Amino acid sequence: MAIPQRKTDVGPPHYKQFLPPVIQKNYGKWKYHEVINPGTMVHVGESGDKLWTVRVASPRILATDTIREQCDIAEKYCDGYLRYTTRNNVEFLVSDEKKLEPLKKELTAKGFKMGGIGYGITNVVHTQGWVHCHGACTDASGLVKAMMDELYEYFDSKRLPNKVRLAVACCVNMCGAVHCSDIAVVAVHTKVPQINHETFKNMCELPTVIGSCPTRAISPDPAKKSIKINAEKCMYCGNCFTVCPPISIKDPERDGVAIVVGGKINSLRTNPKFSKLVIPYISNVPPRWPKVVAAIKHIVEVYAKNAKKHERIGEWIERIGWERFFSLANIDFTFQSIDDFTFMRDTMRTASTFKWS
Amino acid sequence: MAGKKYNTPLIDDLEKGPWPSFVTEMKKAAKKSEMSNDALGHLEKCYATKKGYWKHGGIVGVLGYGGGVIGRYSELGDEFPGVAHFHTVRINQPSAFFYTGKALKEICDIWDKYGSGLTNVHGSTGDLVLLGTKTEHLENIFAEYSSRGWDLGGSGSALRTPSCCVGPARCEWSNYDTLDLTYNLTQEFQDELHRPSFSYKFKIKSSGCACDCVAALARADLSIIGTWKGDIKIDQAEVKNYAKTMDIKAEIVDMCPTQCISYDGKEMKINNKECSRCMHCITKMTKALRPSGERGATLCMGSKAPIVVGSLLSWVIVPFIKLEAPYTELKDLLRKIWDWWDENGKPRERIGEVIEIKGMRSFLEAIGVAPQPQQVKEPRKDPFMFYTDEDMAGFKAKEAEEKKTGKYKF
Repeated sequence: MAIPQRKTDVGPPHYKQFLPPVIQKNYGKWKYHEVINPGTMVHVGESGDKLWTVRVASPRILATDTIREQCDIAEKYCDGYLRYTTRNNVEFLVSDEKKLEPLKKELTAKGFKMGGIGYGITNVVHTQGWVHCHGACTDASGLVKAMMDELYEYFDSKRLPNKVRLAVACCVNMCGAVHCSDIAVVAVHTKVPQINHETFKNMCELPTVIGSCPTRAISPDPAKKSIKINAEKCMYCGNCFTVCPPISIKDPERDGVAIVVGGKINSLRTNPKFSKLVIPYISNVPPRWPKVVAAIKHIVEVYAKNAKKHERIGEWIERIGWERFFSLANIDFTFQSIDDFTFMRDTMRTASTFKWS
Repeated sequence: MAGKKYNTPLIDDLEKGPWPSFVTEMKKAAKKSEMSNDALGHLEKCYATKKGYWKHGGIVGVLGYGGGVIGRYSELGDEFPGVAHFHTVRINQPSAFFYTGKALKEICDIWDKYGSGLTNVHGSTGDLVLLGTKTEHLENIFAEYSSRGWDLGGSGSALRTPSCCVGPARCEWSNYDTLDLTYNLTQEFQDELHRPSFSYKFKIKSSGCACDCVAALARADLSIIGTWKGDIKIDQAEVKNYAKTMDIKAEIVDMCPTQCISYDGKEMKINNKECSRCMHCITKMTKALRPSGERGATLCMGSKAPIVVGSLLSWVIVPFIKLEAPYTELKDLLRKIWDWWDENGKPRERIGEVIEIKGMRSFLEAIGVAPQPQQVKEPRKDPFMFYTDEDMAGFKAKEAEEKKTGKYKF
């Protein structure tokens, strides 16, 4: 078949053609919504119209055949309309209550997993990892799969004091909002990069490479027409590697992950917060990273046991104090948890009023 | 597909368990595509050796665009020829990720014809991501999609594909039309999106309220957070209903950050002047409480992930702006913002970092926004400040005025 004539700068299609009629009618006129169970909620319009949403988990990497299967279900029960969430779930939208139970029945029969709404754990925001990224120090999809298998009950049934937002970043570049999550896994390099001086001079721009370093660890090496890296200053961020391929930073035995906790995005009750480092290093153990999964489950359980209703992890920790968090969770406090980059002034304690544990 | 059958015991383990498996998805795609089949073998090798094998992205794309396609090559092209080229194509998603089955199936059909059949629905920024195709297919892919009304998203040092929360389409809390604003800005700034001309990436994300369901405040250079100026209206009958199942004092009154709510067991009162519009009470008592009065948004700027000099959350720049089509005020402001960034930013400096280096004053003056206490958590703590001649003239003029009136004006 002939290739059609290309067009440029058309932009995305107008969203209105993808909105179900009940949404077009009640657009901007929704009155309230109720969470019926972790997989279902209903929105009620000022008109009295109701719209049920059934949320279904997704591994984010989808084969076209799975998308087609989702479309078939939408065509059968939702007049063809469906949407996705910012956390990669699929949402089936039903305006006729009679279709709700048959829809759920078919989703269950086809192996789709419903859940993720309300005070539990929903899908994990994550990056490409070994599946498709050049800078990855771990595999994000595998970690997410291993974590969610273990935490699955919080997706489909078990409830928590508030939602717990999880994220995985396969390097410190942190594509996605990983740095403001309740619990996030951040993969780290831990070794000073190696430089291939032979190819450096042909492939890299000296000022760009020097300028890429946030700690000013890179200086010129005129004799080699290359660069030197000061090992005492390098924090292994990998930014030099990103701008200059002859620099290599991957190291299978040293690459691993760190765990940060207590971040949030919304402004409910308290302001948005960054996640803070509590576990500095766990080795990569594919395919299931058992220690990482155990650490996350442990933190979720300590939070579930100790937080007040509506407190997010960060809010709970701020109320009890970080020193109490480390003792409650029985986590070793290490040098890595003391900021020696840009936030030291903000994060050191300046009063003698702390708890002993 | 008559491809090589790889032995993949490590990633096979990730097909077990209740959570949907990405490995199962890759295997589904591998049945139809040699590329996806090799991607499976390639990934197993990563798992076995604990190392990635993708090379830095090369410069590939479609004619007339500088972005939208991310080049990806494997170091192991000889061993896994199907992933020797494995480029990503970003398709600009419709506002709030709504689709019809018909449209999505068409996207899938085209992708199966030219690519691996693997996707991300969606990528972190918001695009519908098509994972894995070869350089020679890119023009055909673009012609097929663009002729059907789909366009590429942003990549590189350009405006990245704007994205938004579900907004008024299915949420009672949205204070402006996030879908329309996102569509409108995306159309207005097609050139900035497709032809990288910035110092680095620039992200715009729109959330309808302080719940910020697109995480705008943490990852968008321009974070647009919906808010309102009027009172929170209270339906006392619904408050009574909530009281049957909720400890209103503990869960609402005591958790209000400004302590502006009172409840005597019968009636709820809100001292709206003290309210900071955090959304806690409204989200917990959505049937009883709703904002009223003027709607719009707070514009915040500068957030980003840690690379290069540490993560930032966006800073309040414009405390309140009305957001109604055609959004002229916002667009004019954006152009001024980009002009200042263009003048002052070095390559790979996000605007938040440039604001830090050049100073907030330089930025605010350039875009014509006055200093306001809403922009800061607290005023500066150190005494090292700049005084321009104009500043001094202003202070002196004020004192001269005081001499005339006999009244101090601080």
